[in-house]
Amino acid sequence: MAEIDESQAQREAIEVDRSKGDFKYEENYTFDAGVGLSAATVDYIAKVKGEEEWIREFRQKSLKIFQDMPMPTHWATADLENIKFEDIRYYLSKGQKPVRTWEEVPDDVKKTFERLGIPESERKFLAGVEAQFDSEAVYSRMKEELEKLGVIFCGPTEGLRDHPEIFRKWFGKVIPIGDNKFSALNSAVFSGGSFIYIPKGVKVAQPLQAYFRINAENFGQFERTLIIADEGSEVTYMEGCTAPKFETATLHSAVVELVALKGAKIQYITVQNWSANVFNLVTKRGVAEEDAEVRWIDCNIGSRLTMKYPGVVLRGKRARGEVLSIALANDGQHQDTGAKMIHAADDTTSNIIAKSISVGQGRSTYRGLVHIPKTLSNCRNNTECDALLINEHSRTDTYPAISVRGRKNSVQHEASVSKVSAEQIFYMMQRGLSEGEAMSLAVNGFVNDLVKEFPMEYSVELKRLIELQMEGSVG
Amino acid sequence: MNVVAPAPAGILDAARQSAETAQFRAQDWFAILRQQGWHTFQSLPLPHRDDDKWRFSDTRSLSLEGYAPAPAPTAPQAADLIARSRLISDAAGLIVHVDGHCVLKPTLAPELVAQGVVFASLEDAVRTHPALLQEHLLKHPILLGGDKFAALHRAWLRAGYVLHVPNGVEVKQPFVAVTWTLTEGVAVFPHALIIAGERAKADVHDFHLAARPDQRALAISAADIHAGTGAQVHRLAVQAWGSATQSFQVDNTCGGRDALISSVNAAVGARRARLENTVRIDGPGADVRLYGISVASGDQEFDQRTLQVHAAGQAKSDLLFKNALLGKARTIFSGLIKVAPDAQRTDAYQTNRNLLLSPEAEADSLPGLEIEANDVKCSHGATTGQVSPEELFYLRTRGIPLAVAQELLAQGFLEEVLAKVGHAEATESVRGMLRGKFHHA
Repeated sequence: MAEIDESQAQREAIEVDRSKGDFKYEENYTFDAGVGLSAATVDYIAKVKGEEEWIREFRQKSLKIFQDMPMPTHWATADLENIKFEDIRYYLSKGQKPVRTWEEVPDDVKKTFERLGIPESERKFLAGVEAQFDSEAVYSRMKEELEKLGVIFCGPTEGLRDHPEIFRKWFGKVIPIGDNKFSALNSAVFSGGSFIYIPKGVKVAQPLQAYFRINAENFGQFERTLIIADEGSEVTYMEGCTAPKFETATLHSAVVELVALKGAKIQYITVQNWSANVFNLVTKRGVAEEDAEVRWIDCNIGSRLTMKYPGVVLRGKRARGEVLSIALANDGQHQDTGAKMIHAADDTTSNIIAKSISVGQGRSTYRGLVHIPKTLSNCRNNTECDALLINEHSRTDTYPAISVRGRKNSVQHEASVSKVSAEQIFYMMQRGLSEGEAMSLAVNGFVNDLVKEFPMEYSVELKRLIELQMEGSVG
Repeated sequence: MNVVAPAPAGILDAARQSAETAQFRAQDWFAILRQQGWHTFQSLPLPHRDDDKWRFSDTRSLSLEGYAPAPAPTAPQAADLIARSRLISDAAGLIVHVDGHCVLKPTLAPELVAQGVVFASLEDAVRTHPALLQEHLLKHPILLGGDKFAALHRAWLRAGYVLHVPNGVEVKQPFVAVTWTLTEGVAVFPHALIIAGERAKADVHDFHLAARPDQRALAISAADIHAGTGAQVHRLAVQAWGSATQSFQVDNTCGGRDALISSVNAAVGARRARLENTVRIDGPGADVRLYGISVASGDQEFDQRTLQVHAAGQAKSDLLFKNALLGKARTIFSGLIKVAPDAQRTDAYQTNRNLLLSPEAEADSLPGLEIEANDVKCSHGATTGQVSPEELFYLRTRGIPLAVAQELLAQGFLEEVLAKVGHAEATESVRGMLRGKFHHA
């Protein structure tokens, strides 16, 4: 009997609080590509956006590849079969152009974002903000001094139209259309997202931020992000995602490409808190040239199924790649996350630290790839993945793949699985903490060294989120 | 030794397989088992590169063409190989096969016979112990991708041995089985069935050897170990086939309550060798140790796949696979620990260490965990690297030449696993084989 109580208490303590994003506003869209996906849908999107012919062709080619590729269920979860591509709406927009002052944002959209604390947070510490509502950005603003330095922060439509000499060269090059079925889908129907260019030597001290929101039921969000950091520049980019709880599953499938040219540094931070019926299938990859650094900091708390393995192609000597990942899987959730490090030059180093927490019937999976080919020397990789299992039927899997050749290369990989020890909980309860508080503290301790890597505002938010989830749970 | 050309009707020939099966007409259950194997084999495709259980393997060069069963060796050939099979002087029994033919049947000490110990060739046991075999022979599911090869093994099943140590019987000396390939292009399918009753104790040494070092052959072997409650089973399996041989080894172990099981798989031979080693723990208190050791050289590919299944809780398993790589060799280690939803208080560990001694060698590691219970201690670690420069420097300052220093350090790296063989003569014999690789690399 005591045991049953305990597990229920544990369950409750870890319930994630998603109420913050769980609200929606009326839908009245000017542009609606309808339900389902066909060549006509793709043409409609290209036409609405007034795109050049080559982009339309790129989209059509991608659609063909998407349709021809099988679902990757020979290694991935069969839950992918439950995505009903024919029931999804691929493009919805109110015909808005991104506006530059908050007052111009339509009232209902403004309310949405104000409830989420944007642009309140912008005023505090951001260098630029973009907010996306379903398919298109509704608000985009950047501090003037950055604009003067030549920093570009816009959507893909504007990026490809106004600055083709910068963006076209890299668009779809880091992640080719046919990289996987979902990158092909994104390439066919992408809209919204951020195209960012940081000129040579410019160091953007404050982070740029994008906020993604799905508001309409059955809507698929397919934003596309391309960040180019020119030689010696530095930038931090943050994204956050929410969606209200709908009756039916929703799809989010983004493609994010990062290019860090010689000596540049890009840090990309994600806090993903989609509601628990969103399929979140995202392809993220960065290229690091000589002495450059690409760092992915990835936190997955929401969604029904997340499949996301941020990667870095270390293309130049001494390039450095890093993935720090936190995943929390609760009942009905599967966080299938990981990292890929492709070493393609001498003296490159990479580091992966992944921590996952499985609660209730939640399942977390780590998939990793580390590749060092034979032509290289002095490459190093360090991988650590730790899993924490809270309840009796929580599940975790670890599937790394490591391939090493060449001279003086070394890799080390370590993984461990554990639970919160009864002694720890006992010790804290003895000192007057409730079981839930003790559990929450133990879990926060488990991810603490990673949470510290997030910018302050985010790490506070993260800690609070985890605390909320652990409330009433136990161990 | 005379070299016999491969017979025209090889192992893919249905008529030939069926004719051999017909010899077991009197043991219809065995004939049916072989026939089922043939049908399964026919129905399955060869593994291809998209097959996740064959990830990193060179599936393109897989071929079963051009191999055939060989006739029995001549008496002088057999006598020569039997003499070369006396590797362990204190063996409880020795069985020798050449090209799939049993040339030396084991003789056991009378007290072992009196205690009910059975150590016999499979062919004899099919006739003399049908009930025991029908209960245990090929009863394990194939979980690691070698289904087609296991089916072919079943279809041609005849060579091999059965060891049964009954309840409460402890045998200290090892049972030794030596299997040779002699004829060029021969296909052999050696089987080992080891049944240890409750509280029984058995040590087994399996040597897979080639009459000539560059022998071309196809070897599809299988070993099934059944360890009863409180049984202690230790197995050493040495794969030292000829350098042009393709080897597929499918081993399955299941351990009951409080069973102590350990195995050491040593690999030096074959051009490509795949080992599939599955252990299932069915009872609490069981303790399973899996060790692997190899020196891969030239263009050898050693493909090691392991699976530790914890079906029952409160048990322990530990795995350590060490590979040293020379030349253009490649090793693949793919290990998975599976903990069933109710297997609480499991301790399961897995470690893979690869030492790259050549810039062209490649080590692939796929250490995996699938954990469905929360009160567990599980971990895995995989490292791939070179001999440490400090250690090399230390030896060189003492006047040891670079090449010798490297070899010494590599051998030191392997000693940790060699120590697990647990039998002085066997350890020395394996150590010699591993060392030999550094000089013919």
